[in-house]
Formats: sequence, C-alpha cells, structure tokens
Amino acid sequence: MSQKILLDKINVPGIKTYEVYRKEGGYASVEKAIKKMTPDEVVEEVKTSGLRGRGGAGFPAGMKWSFIDKKSGKPRHLVCNADESEPGTFKDRYLMEFIPHLLIEGMITSSYALGANLSYIYIRGEYMWIYKILERAIAEAKAAGFLGKNILGSGYDLDLYVQIGGGAYICGEETALIESLEGKRGNPRIKPPFPAVSGLWSNPTVVNNVETIAAVPWIVNNSGADYAKIGIGRSTGTKLISASGHIKNQGVYEIELGLSVYEFMNSDEYCGGMSSDRPLKAFVPGGSSVPVLPAHLIYKTAAGEERLMSYESLSDGGFATGSMLGSGGFIVYNDTSCIVRNTWNFSRFYHHESCGQCSPCREGTGWMEKVLHRIENGHGREEDIDLLLSIQSKIEGNTICPLGDAAAWPVAAAIRHFREEFEYHIRFPEKIKNRDHFVAEPFEKVKHLVSKVTV
Amino acid sequence: MKVTIDGHSIEVEPGTTILQAARMIGGEVVPPAMCYYSKLKGSGGKCRCCLVEVAKGSEADPRPMPKLMASCVTGCMDGMEVNSKSSPRVQEARKSVTEFLLINHPLDCPVCDQAGECDLQNLSFEHGKSETRFIEEKRTFEPEDIGPNIQLHMNRCILCYRCVMVADQLTDNRVHGVMDRGDHSNISTCISKAIDNEFSGNMIDVCPVGALTDKTFRFKSRVWFNKPYNAHRDCDKCCGKTTVWMFGDEIQRVTGRKDEYHEVEEFICNGCRFDHKEINDWVIEGPRKFEKDSVINQNNYTRKLDKVEIATEKNILMGRDIDRKKISMPAIALTEEDIINQQSLSDNE
Amino acid sequence: MEKTHYKQEINITETLMSRINELISHYPDDKIKSALLPVLHEVQDAHDNWLSIELQDKVAEILKLKPIEVYEVVTFYTMYNQRPIGKYMFEFCQTSPCCLNGVEDLMDYTCNKLGVQVGEPTSDGLFEVRGVECLGACGYAPMMQLGDFYKEHLNKEKVDQLIADCKDNKIVLHDK
Repeated sequence: MSQKILLDKINVPGIKTYEVYRKEGGYASVEKAIKKMTPDEVVEEVKTSGLRGRGGAGFPAGMKWSFIDKKSGKPRHLVCNADESEPGTFKDRYLMEFIPHLLIEGMITSSYALGANLSYIYIRGEYMWIYKILERAIAEAKAAGFLGKNILGSGYDLDLYVQIGGGAYICGEETALIESLEGKRGNPRIKPPFPAVSGLWSNPTVVNNVETIAAVPWIVNNSGADYAKIGIGRSTGTKLISASGHIKNQGVYEIELGLSVYEFMNSDEYCGGMSSDRPLKAFVPGGSSVPVLPAHLIYKTAAGEERLMSYESLSDGGFATGSMLGSGGFIVYNDTSCIVRNTWNFSRFYHHESCGQCSPCREGTGWMEKVLHRIENGHGREEDIDLLLSIQSKIEGNTICPLGDAAAWPVAAAIRHFREEFEYHIRFPEKIKNRDHFVAEPFEKVKHLVSKVTV
Repeated sequence: MKVTIDGHSIEVEPGTTILQAARMIGGEVVPPAMCYYSKLKGSGGKCRCCLVEVAKGSEADPRPMPKLMASCVTGCMDGMEVNSKSSPRVQEARKSVTEFLLINHPLDCPVCDQAGECDLQNLSFEHGKSETRFIEEKRTFEPEDIGPNIQLHMNRCILCYRCVMVADQLTDNRVHGVMDRGDHSNISTCISKAIDNEFSGNMIDVCPVGALTDKTFRFKSRVWFNKPYNAHRDCDKCCGKTTVWMFGDEIQRVTGRKDEYHEVEEFICNGCRFDHKEINDWVIEGPRKFEKDSVINQNNYTRKLDKVEIATEKNILMGRDIDRKKISMPAIALTEEDIINQQSLSDNE
Repeated sequence: MEKTHYKQEINITETLMSRINELISHYPDDKIKSALLPVLHEVQDAHDNWLSIELQDKVAEILKLKPIEVYEVVTFYTMYNQRPIGKYMFEFCQTSPCCLNGVEDLMDYTCNKLGVQVGEPTSDGLFEVRGVECLGACGYAPMMQLGDFYKEHLNKEKVDQLIADCKDNKIVLHDK
C-alpha cells in the first residue's frame, strides 16, 4: 500500500460529520497554523512541498500563492475551483462527498496563509447534493468556532461560502470562474491582469483546485519537506486519479506520483486490468483535453523507459509520443472502441462548452465537430483529415483561454496516432454504419484493407 | 518607453498598448482590429485579428512571448520588439482568424448595406482566400426586430461586443446583450424589444460588419454612390458634428465622423442621425476625406469618370437560336438539325 | 430571437424569499449580483424547474439588476430551463466514458419505452429525456441526473424501476 494523504480516513464510519472528522485529528492544521505559524510561514511550507495545482495545469501552488498582491491593501480572496467538469475526471466530487471537512479545513488554513477574510468554494451546478453537503459542513465548522469572527481567539476572521454554478465547463477556467462568481456569463478574462492582482471584484484572488487545497492540511501538520519526500522528482506528493472506461475497477484512487502506469492499470489495488478479454487499444491519462496515446506508448515511453504516473513521465516525448497528467482523468479504451467516434464525442463536448467569446474557438470547435461527425457517419472525404489538422492548428495558441488548446489537442493526437482509422472510415463508409462497428470487427482485423486502397 | 514594431521604433507612454503604438507609427505595421474600439472601455481581445509576435518582451526580460499576443490588450514594455506584418506566423494567424470569421458568414455582400465600408470585407481583401474549405451548413439565426431605426442581421455578426459596450457606456438602460453561448451566441434583446434610447444609433457606427445597419437608409443606395460631407448643427443632446451622406441634393444617411480606423470621433444622438435629413437642418462644412484604398474612394470627387460600356457578345440578349425558334418565334421553321440538338439536350437532363 | 411565450404563475413564497436573502448575505452589500446563479437555482426549483421571462424579470427586480443581465446569464448556462419541461427530466451523460459503458443504447431504450424523442416531454408532461455533456461520474457510468441527484451504474432494469418510481411519486427531486 502506498501512502495516503487525502483518502487515508475515507473509510472511517461517519467521517462526513464534524464530530468524527474532528476526533480523527481534523482541523489540527487550522490550530497549528493560526496559533503557531505566521501566514508567510504557511506559504513557505507549501512552496517547499512542491505541491502542484491539481486542476490540470500543474502550476506550483506555493508559487501561485506568493504572487498574490498583499501591498495594495485591498481585500484578498481564496476561491476553490470545484467546477470539476473535464471529461474523465470525478475525483473532487469523491473527496467533497465523502470527506467534506478536509476541504473546509484546507480552505481555512489556506485562507489564513493568503490573508483572505472572505473565501468561496465554486462548485459546478450539477453537483447540487454536494453543494448541500458542503453547506452543512461549513455550518458545522462555524458552530465549532473554526469560521467566523476571531477564529480560535486569534483575531483572524474568515467567512466561507459555497457558490453554485449553472452548468458550464468553461467556468473551470479560473477567470471564467471568477466572472461566474460575480454573477455573469462565464467568459474568460483577458490576462494580464492575473487574478493574483485583480480577481474577484478586482481584488487579489487565488483560485485553487479542490485537491490542491485538500493537500494543504497534511503539509501544515507535517511539513513541506515531508510532502516533497513523497512522489518522484518535481512530481511531489500524491494524486487522485479518476479511472474510467474499459477497466475492471473504475473509481477514484490516491496514488503516490511515480507509480508505474503498468502497475496502476493492472494491480488489483487499482484498476485491476481490463474489464474483459478485449485488449487495450488506447488511453487518455489526464482528462479529455490531453493527447490520447496508443497501446505501444502506454507502458513504455518512445525511448523505451518505463512510463510512470508523474507530470514528467507522462509528457515524455512531447506531443509526438507523450501526453500529460492533466487532471488525472484516466480513460481506458479496448479494441471495441472507435477512436474516430471518440474524437467526435470530445469535439462535440468542446463545441458545446465553448463560451463563444473569441473567434477561433467559437467557429473552430463547431467546424471540427461537423467534420468529425461527417467522417464518423460515413460522409468523410480524403481531404478532411488534413483539414482537421489544419483547423486544430489554427485554433491552438490563438485563443483567449486554454479551452481552444484543449479542443485542438485531442484531434491532433487522434490523427497522429490513429490516422489509418480515419482513412478506414472515409474509404469504407458502409462498414462503419453502426455505432458499434468495432465490436464485432475490431480495427486490427480490418486494418489491412486501408493499406490496399491507394488514393 | 521605447517599442519597436516591424523595425520602426517609437517612444510611448507607459500603459500604451501595442496596437496603439502601431497606430502612432501608422502604415502597414498597424494590425487589423475587428473588436477593439479605443472609445469603448474594456473592448478588444476577442476577435484575435490583431495578434502579433512579441520577439523580445522588454529590456529587463528579453525573452520572447511563446504565444502570439492580442496587440489591442497587450501593454508595451520598454525595449519591447514586436513583429506584425513582417512575421509569417502573424500573417498565418490573421489568415486563420479571417477564415474562421467567414465560415459562417452569409457572404451576402451584394445585398448588405455595409458593403463598401465593411471591416470584414477589408480584412478578407487583405487576408482572405477566394475559396472556402467549409462545406457544412452555415449557422443561421431567426430574425429579430429591434425597432424602427436599427436593422439587426444576426447572421452577419462577428460578436465583437462593441454594440453591447455602447449600450452599457452611453446609456443607462441596456436592453440588449449577448445571449446563449458558443457558436450560437447572439446579440438580442431576448424579448424582441425595441432598442430605444437617445444614443442607440451609435451601435450602427461601431458595428464592424453589416449586423447592425441604419433602417432609415436600408436599400436606399450603395455607400459608394453617396458622397460624404462633414456637417454640423446645434444639438442639445450631442456634439452635433456628423458626416452626412448625400445622393445628389438628398441626405440619405447621417453617421458619426469616422477616422481611418473607422472609429467615430464623437458619438452622436439619434435625433441627429435619424430625424434630420433635410439640407436645411445642417451646416455643410465640406467633403469628408476618406481612405485612398477604399471602395468609397472609387466614387471620389476628383477622379474623372469614364463612360461605362458593357461589351457583350453580339446578340447575347436574343438567346440561343433553337430557343428563339421554339418559344417565341414559331413562324421560324425548325430545321432537322435543331430537332436533333433539342433531343440531345433533353437526353442530358 | 423570436421565442414562444410560455406563461408561468409566479409565487415568491416567504420561505423562498428568506432563502434568497440568505444567499444574498453571502456577498458584500455592493456585490449582490454575485448571488444571481444560486438565486436562479432556488427560484427555478420552486417554479416547476423552469424560468419564464416574467420570472427572470422578478429575479432582476429582487437583485436590483437590469433584466438583460439576467437573460444573458440564463441563456449562457445549461441548467436554467427557458420553457416548461418534463417533471422528471432524465439527463443522460453522453460524453466518452459513459458511451464506453453503453449510454447510447440506454438512451434509445428509455426513449422507446417512454415513446418520445430526445428533448421532447411526454404528452402527460411527466418525463423528458435529454443528452448532456460530462457530469463528472465517469467511473459510475452509464448514469443520469434526475433533479438534484445522480442515478449511477444504470441498466435497463434500473431505468424501468426509476420510471415506475417516478410514476408512483417516490422520487425526491430536490434536497431542501
């Protein structure tokens, strides 16, 4: 068993309630931070820990905290990003549903470190029942004196509220989230200024993912140095992985970063191997936005090294032969699944979720979806494959926020690694009429047909 | 602060954006801008037409910026070096954005009142292609009536948000905005309400395309058949300084005075714009200058106009012999050859 | 856009108003616009799960906003319904991981069983089936959202049971 930091108490009966959570040592980090540490000391510990943002980008959390503008004298805010909506990712929900007080504790300790007196948890609208769980947890924490005025007699005040979203993936982007928290449409803002200088209501603001904030209590209770000992290289600590798709044990797992992909996939402690005797075809390691990898690049990198569950190893080889850890949304595909259909599915998602503010994303995501829909439904043209590559390259890097890149990368990766499958769809439209076309006849069996046809 | 754009250096005040610096230099280094409008706070950054390459961030931090930057919302730094038109990467990005803006655009310029003074036309002229790669069905919107003065053609809109900002910043009761999201975002009142306030007409002037046009000018003329004159009148609501667009002695349209970037010098009120179309209403100052390279300039005051002669094939209006014989001139007998020709024609159908 | 105008009876009860006031209290006095999203949820839940223009205007009045600010938000987010919808809205997640677990077949099954197409309510107004994007339940697929809750690890039998429970009025939609 590897070390658990976030989920070690998850199976304690009643851990959802304040009493049990407290009895199990909960809220110790608040006491320690407020009574024995200055805010800057807490920031230093988080910096030392090497904890990286768990929402997807992997930016060092301590560094992000140190950017917050403390000189302006404006009120500061900590906003927790619980707008989990990246396809393949459902870890934050697990954490909030089953051990809500860990997030509340993390929010209090982190708000103290940032000098924030008014903080929010922004949760996606669909997680309505978790919104209620968090509201109750906050009320319990407040009743116990961990929130409100003069916390633990220290003179530090903190109000913490949950804000519910209305259904929009884009609000997971931090500036769109702030706009939404201000009661507006979730249009990402143009940066700079960054939220650390001008965020919620133009005040200095830090936005952190649920899992990032939930790691703070352990770091404060132990030490940043202890946290940095876990994991591998610059991928310190543990990470929640949401595993789904064609595996035996779907669910949320806490792993030490640096675990091998092979072990994660096949060990009974984690995914437990494939769900049936159908072979592994592809996987997406970090949520729908990151490049898909074909079977031969999953357990080993292109250089022949063992592929590990870490920020560095998963991106080894760049986009040519690597991918990204992203948010840890681990989606596994066996040979019954169709890469073209899946790519169309992801493209439909980004088309649906584009905010529509900037031209390349607004127009490009819809265009890609339409082309992919045609190919998947037997109306593709040979030139459509290069057209898709061209459209995605015109979106990538040219948009206001990363949604454009997130929409572009999966398309590029799918064509990069599975081009023949697109060609098969275009050249044999009668064979892909049914949506389960690879169930009876996996692509490996018909692959030879593609090479026979010359265009 | 010194900033260099395509090799031209200029001293600027802190807080100046790259686009503003480029406009100070002028000429070819100026990036196109479809959404930025210097007189509207918070505008810009959305259309991505004005992307530039920052080859050197500043004297203090000379690293290049990895992504292309929207020049209208990126501040200059001392020692910054920017590539605009000179960069192939920038040219490629502008072509991309142009293509994106056109795929769903109806391309109905022949019936669009904006034609001739349309920023999207100009952008396409510079960065567009003559062919489309888009074979899908175009996105369309249901028409919405927003009152007697302004015509809304949502299908032509590029979502620059300028008209929303006009309503926000010039009036105290905005009734229209951006509805829905993604590629179905649209400018609307949501309840088909007339947009009715003293300054709403400025939405027409700030619209870069033909999405918002002057209903009182609708289909009256093409802009290049009009001659613009600067004119003014005493107005208690606005500056009263306008451009009147004349066809002979008739004032067909009144707009704000637009500069070379198609931005009005000052906003005008609806009274001046819609309700004063008599010559007596105005003191005409004189012809308004316009860009050398513009459609409107094709009809300028000084150029000698050649007599137009349309060279057509002789007798083209008479139609084909066989049709003439068959349909309209039964008196002319069909030859055997004609009959064979007809049969082969119908076989082909 | 020209929209069909649906009528709705507006009833801001005392309980609802006190909840709205509580939500407003979560934000600084001059920032009550921030309460818009949560308030819309509460108001919608209390009004058969949809928001007419009149109801949106009422929300604007309560939060001292221009009506257009409310319309802009309502149309941006997917969870606010702008027309009357089926009482029991089966919102199936149809993003990749759910598809890998057969959600498409299950949606077809449900539509057939209810005799409707996706996006249209049954004639008695009781049910509606919708396909939505990722709900963050990929490991528990196939799944749907019903009211405030998720119904996960679905199969045909469970869908049958759900439909029966809805008809018997055994399903709680909101957690109040």
